[in-house]
Amino acid sequence: MKIEKIIELTAARVVAGSLKTAPEITKAFSSDLMSDVLTLDHHDIVLITGLANIQLLRTVEIADVPVVLLCRNKTATPEMIELANEIGIVFLETPFSIFRAGGILYENGLKPLY
Amino acid sequence: MAEILEFDITGGDFIQAGKASSKIKKKLKQLNIDSLAVKRIVVAIYEAELNVVAHASSGKLTVVFEPGVVIVTVSDSGPGIENIGQAMEAGFSTASKKVREMGFGAGMGLPNIKKNTDELVIESKVGEGTTLRFKVYC
Repeated sequence: MKIEKIIELTAARVVAGSLKTAPEITKAFSSDLMSDVLTLDHHDIVLITGLANIQLLRTVEIADVPVVLLCRNKTATPEMIELANEIGIVFLETPFSIFRAGGILYENGLKPLY
Repeated sequence: MAEILEFDITGGDFIQAGKASSKIKKKLKQLNIDSLAVKRIVVAIYEAELNVVAHASSGKLTVVFEPGVVIVTVSDSGPGIENIGQAMEAGFSTASKKVREMGFGAGMGLPNIKKNTDELVIESKVGEGTTLRFKVYC
């Protein structure tokens, strides 16, 4: 799935990153637990989360996650946006809950990791 | 010739946590190491760095880059681990509420370090601190 489609389906807005260089996404993972994200063996996923702090960005950098969808109208801080740009991920914000965003993306063809 | 990188880690500082791992990741990429090996190395280092931030007052991280292997030592002046076997069990955690609020402390750090490394030795003394030594062949 193209990032543009994820943005359209979840009424998201781009707060950091370039859509031109973003990879196509086939799978998604939802978690607020960064310990879980660090155990993933997969790349090219979108992480759907409600955790809005700087360690979210550090974790996705280390775990090679290229796209993050921050849910339920949580707002990224300027420090988070700066770090997202520095590490080169696409960072999205959606008003939808994790459940709603995940459900819509699943219904439209995005696969779960497990 | 081996290259060495050293970092000081400050306990409790979740803003800085992960900066050392990030710098090491850049270095590994410069060395043209396979991306899967890079991920294994940096995940193990990041988990170890977070353990120091979560549990100790300070620590030191040393990474030695040799041809075919990366050797990491992480030592801290923390409380030490009473029962290393128990600490290696997935789900066992002594992390504080603050650590859990940051998205960590689920008792998966040491098992994940073991999963991502080829050799791991843990030495710990209660009241003095803990030292992790691990290697990843690449």
